[in-house]
Amino acid sequence: MSNAIIPLLLDSLASAALIFFAAVGLTLVFSVLRVLNVAHGSLYSIGGYVAASLCLFIASRQLNPYLSFAALLFSAVFVAAIFGPLIERSLVRWTYGKSEAVQILITFGLFLMLEDLQRMIFGVQSFYEDAPMRLLGTLTIGGVVYLNYQILLIGMALLVVISLRLLVNHTRLGRLITAVVTDREMAQSIGIDTNRIFILAFSLGVFLAALGGALATPTSGIAPGLGADTMVLAFAVAAIGGLGQIEGAAVASLIVGVARVLAIYLVPSLDAVAPYAAMLVVLLIRPYGLFGSMTARRI
Amino acid sequence: MRTIVAASAVLILAVLPVAAPWLQFVLTLAIAKGFAALGVAVLLRAGLISIGHAMFFAASAYGVAFLARAGINDLGLLLILSVLAAALLGAIAGLFLVRYRAIFFAMLNLAVSMVFYALCAKLYSVTGGTDGMTVPVPAVFGVVLGEPTFKSVLFYISLALMLLVGLAIQRYLNSPLGHALAAVHSNEIRLEYLGIPVWAVLLVAYVVSAALAGLGGAIAGFAIGRVVPDFAFWTASGHLVLIAVLGGIGGVPGAFIGALFLELLHSVAVTVTDAWNLIVGLTLIVVIMFLPQGFYGLFSRKEASSL
Repeated sequence: MSNAIIPLLLDSLASAALIFFAAVGLTLVFSVLRVLNVAHGSLYSIGGYVAASLCLFIASRQLNPYLSFAALLFSAVFVAAIFGPLIERSLVRWTYGKSEAVQILITFGLFLMLEDLQRMIFGVQSFYEDAPMRLLGTLTIGGVVYLNYQILLIGMALLVVISLRLLVNHTRLGRLITAVVTDREMAQSIGIDTNRIFILAFSLGVFLAALGGALATPTSGIAPGLGADTMVLAFAVAAIGGLGQIEGAAVASLIVGVARVLAIYLVPSLDAVAPYAAMLVVLLIRPYGLFGSMTARRI
Repeated sequence: MRTIVAASAVLILAVLPVAAPWLQFVLTLAIAKGFAALGVAVLLRAGLISIGHAMFFAASAYGVAFLARAGINDLGLLLILSVLAAALLGAIAGLFLVRYRAIFFAMLNLAVSMVFYALCAKLYSVTGGTDGMTVPVPAVFGVVLGEPTFKSVLFYISLALMLLVGLAIQRYLNSPLGHALAAVHSNEIRLEYLGIPVWAVLLVAYVVSAALAGLGGAIAGFAIGRVVPDFAFWTASGHLVLIAVLGGIGGVPGAFIGALFLELLHSVAVTVTDAWNLIVGLTLIVVIMFLPQGFYGLFSRKEASSL
């Protein structure tokens, strides 16, 4: 029993970790900008495409394969630096203070455009480059074989939770962000440059999504449609945890991961239903999510 | 004046497929999506955005496929039963969902529709999984038709339904029950103080919108001849909202104007470029920024509702 369920659990926790990167970015952007970015999943897949292209380039030039780890990180930074400020300044800023319908539709329009741009630049074939996963090898404990890369993914997710919490609670930037989240107008009136905070927070969200996509390429590859699939899963995780809750997103991705394992174990045909069913149940009982609340500060 | 414009528009639509037969499928699909977008527009009037209405669209198309498999083979009966099924699903979902507002309403609709989508895609033995189900050619008033004839009949029936249902929805929107929707948008609490139960107003609207999406789904199922789970995917729901907003939510014609515009643009665009979504996304953003009342706002002299 344990020989079968532990690898399965590791597998689904690793994929939950990838969704967590996208979900925590979504939740961060929502709490600071109060905009639900429907194009967030596309930024995840763009991160994946850039990372896969770089890794394939490294492999084709027979450079040191360990460079591909740097390539994964670099592609996330690259995507965040290009798309973060660009999208926030051109489109998202226009929607501040407008109704949710307008915000969702503007970012949905952006989602459609980004999906086509990806097809035009990277084509429709799927990308697969598993050099980083092969380099790390496997680990055998008690007769069970683990992929070290999956353990790395889970570790990275934990690292992101801790760093974000440290950033929010113990740095100057974090305090500024908290001030903007708590009361936007008051923060502005005491001299905080809210526009700068919005750009930074949005770019950080883009970075986390692109990092998730980049880290996903060695395990699952990347293909058209990934952005749309990731978007709705990230949405489910962020909603279960409560929009705006960093730790909530982490716990929710755990819940979704475990729910999938249980589904695979009990009713294998329904594994894809598990995340959405969990989202539906949680939202019906607590529409503001497990960790959210109607009034308390959200970050 | 407006009646003349509307009548000539419908006449042009009726004659177009005679001049250009390839347009018939495009126009049938446009009318089908127009019905679904009209359903979304009804809820948008109350300020509620649903990213899940493709569920009712798909549910009704699946309903047609199941009923046909069960041996019912009459167009009218299939249409009525599948729309009723969508309305029933809407009533059940609506009972839970109309309690929520704003982003929570949008998220819950998304969650419900994605559960539905995943079930359709995964229950291979029941729904055929991602292969979907075929929708056979039914008899029309007892007359068995060949496929090309049926597609023509389907187009003219859809056109007639567009007029009849459109007028009915127009009356609904102009009734006190319809005006209450806009009141929910502007001030819900005041409406409660006036003694009008908001949840009942919204539940009626939700069932109406589900039935409209169902009617569109059934027509689309007949026109395409197949129903697949992708009918219910969240991007399909997004497209329905998009059509409603492009056309404008100020009046019934808006949804159909939006759907016709989009389908015709699609037919033209695919001959030139495959960056179709790029064009649609850009159009959507431009319309929201500069034409908040949609294309219908260009025609209507009255102050039309906007988002």
